[in-house]
Amino acid sequence: MAPIDSDDNTTAGEGEELRAGRRKAARYVVPVAVMGVAAATIGLVPALADSGDPDLPKVTAEQLIEKIAKSDVQQLSGTVRINTDLGLPDLGGLESGLMSGMSGGPGSGEDGGGSAADPSAKLTELVSGSHTLRVAADGPDRQKLSLLENAAEYSLIHNGKDVWGYDSRSNEVYHSTAADSTERPERDAPGKDVPATPKDFADQALKAIDDTTSVTVGGTAHVAGRDAYRLVVEPKRDGSTVGAITVAVDAETGTPLKFTLTPASGGAAVVDVGFTEVSFAKPDASTFDFTPPAGAKVTEADKGDKGDKGDKTGERAEVPGHGRTAEGDLAKGMDGLKVIGEGWNSIATFDTGTGTGLPTASAGGDLGDLGGFLGSFGDQVKGDFGSGTVFKTRLVNALITDDGKVYAGAVTKDALVKAADAAQ
Amino acid sequence: MSRADVRGEPVGESEGAAPSAVPEPGTARAPGPLWSLGLLRSELLTTFRRWRTLALLGVLAAVPVLVGIAVKIETSDGSPVGGGGGGGQGPAFISQVSNNGLFLVFTALAATLPFFLPMAIGVVAGDAIAGESSAGTLRYLLVAPAGRSRLLLTKYATVIAFCLAATLVVVVSALAVGALLFPVGDLITISGTRITYAEGLGRALLIALVVAASLVGIAALGLFVSTLTGSGIAAMATTVGLLITVQILDQIPQLDALQPYFFSHYWLSFADVMREPVYWDDLVKNLGLQALYAAVFGSAAWARFTTKDITA
Repeated sequence: MAPIDSDDNTTAGEGEELRAGRRKAARYVVPVAVMGVAAATIGLVPALADSGDPDLPKVTAEQLIEKIAKSDVQQLSGTVRINTDLGLPDLGGLESGLMSGMSGGPGSGEDGGGSAADPSAKLTELVSGSHTLRVAADGPDRQKLSLLENAAEYSLIHNGKDVWGYDSRSNEVYHSTAADSTERPERDAPGKDVPATPKDFADQALKAIDDTTSVTVGGTAHVAGRDAYRLVVEPKRDGSTVGAITVAVDAETGTPLKFTLTPASGGAAVVDVGFTEVSFAKPDASTFDFTPPAGAKVTEADKGDKGDKGDKTGERAEVPGHGRTAEGDLAKGMDGLKVIGEGWNSIATFDTGTGTGLPTASAGGDLGDLGGFLGSFGDQVKGDFGSGTVFKTRLVNALITDDGKVYAGAVTKDALVKAADAAQ
Repeated sequence: MSRADVRGEPVGESEGAAPSAVPEPGTARAPGPLWSLGLLRSELLTTFRRWRTLALLGVLAAVPVLVGIAVKIETSDGSPVGGGGGGGQGPAFISQVSNNGLFLVFTALAATLPFFLPMAIGVVAGDAIAGESSAGTLRYLLVAPAGRSRLLLTKYATVIAFCLAATLVVVVSALAVGALLFPVGDLITISGTRITYAEGLGRALLIALVVAASLVGIAALGLFVSTLTGSGIAAMATTVGLLITVQILDQIPQLDALQPYFFSHYWLSFADVMREPVYWDDLVKNLGLQALYAAVFGSAAWARFTTKDITA
């Protein structure tokens, strides 16, 4: 073939030109093919990895629960992924701004009081969104929990009698001695206040098992590359917002590997906590060594104005217990707390004592701007008890009546109204 | 262009176009690997001798100096960076810089990676083909028996070499400034464990490689844009514009389904090297994504460049 030249082309016939055009276009097949292969890989690989649940000997639900109870895994390390979607009104940046402001996070460091490394403040961040944690444990005396953040990490290290919190973003250290935490169960020392691992969640779920609950074994699954049984816990009666709780239990060790709570209303899981990687080998001893880096600001647990912080965190009542100060405040606020019903349908109720509801619920409808704003988050309901406002999330609903009573629980709106009626 | 290459070349120039840069058959010879290396060497020399390139590298070298001096002044009265434990603000790792100079390397990379570094890459990559085209030198390059594919590959290799050089300039400058202004010694990883300075240096080098590899994607994108136009300025502006657009889109929470496919999405994952143990998930995703961008836009650039009309 002669070298191609403009002269050749101009004299070339039409067919020749067409063929050349086709061959030109053919080259673009290469990038398109590369993209197609990539898309297929991204789409297919997870599907292939999911297929084929492991073949395991059959067990009954009782045997499986016993297995969890007997499980005595002392040494463990792994990566945990937590997704929580409580369906709170999406306030975008405002929400996270409030969060960090309230919890004395990095944004509010300049108030001079709180340390950015205070565990009770830091771990409440887990309540919403998606987080990656690393856990490591070696016996009851040494545990480590790290919250992976963008280009930073928050670590909570329990080694012997020391409990260290280290926030790498602000280079701040929080230190308390185990004497401070003796009243808490030893094995839960890091992350003691907030459930973080699938095991913490599973323990809570198993505690709730009673005669209102159906427990079954829902087949098997692969979790973090290990064979696991799926324990399905469902409320028997209607009225609960909890659809089902699935706990994947490691077939070999009995360790809960994954915990999923799906709401009765369907849709994505409200809480999904699972290992993405797990190892039962003894973690490296250096993992638990910590000495505060030079120049880091160290806050001792018994110093600093925790009271101030307690007030702030106390406002967030739905978070299961933080520091003890916060709990104290919470208890004060919840004076006269009563629980109606049992099992899944139990409803907590207390009287705010003000005798009035929220501004939104004021009868007559003469609402201020703020009232309208708050009211937009809630539904007005009426019943034998009078009227009130129901605030809904995907898991917990709360009814605030016009006479200042609060009913809250993981139950549907109707169940709340029924409880309020019955209380009259 | 070798005879073999000519055969592989399905098209020459369309009617009316200036003659393509194709030698007479008699001059064809098979270029050995040494010849390709010679081409690469001359490309590297041309690129790195340009005042434009040197100015870009100079700016990159100045960033760690500025950050270092700013931190030094701010902490000279003993207060931590960010005015009293604020932290959180500014580039990653900045709160540790005053305690260990090595952290200036990570801070400088975190500060330059979102814009400065990729912008420099965009300028060099966008200029690679389009610049030759607008200067009227592309056809002379093709007169040499190189072949279009080979020339494109050489250009891409040059841009990648520039990625590495630009990253190393930032690292070396930061390392020098950090050692001059701040104490050095054992350092604490962001997981709270202690590592020796030597291991820290090793990790800094690994981070430099990861950062350089993070730029491979935009380099391929820039090269593809460069084959689309005959104007060097247009190619550079388009590449840098794409970079800025993607960086903005990456901040919009509603697009979170798309974001994992943006070339810049996992850039800051280099910080995961400083965890103990290293958290590989995002690093691997980043490298895979860069390889994908390189494959897609590299082959698109090849498809375009080997079939386009070279008129200048």
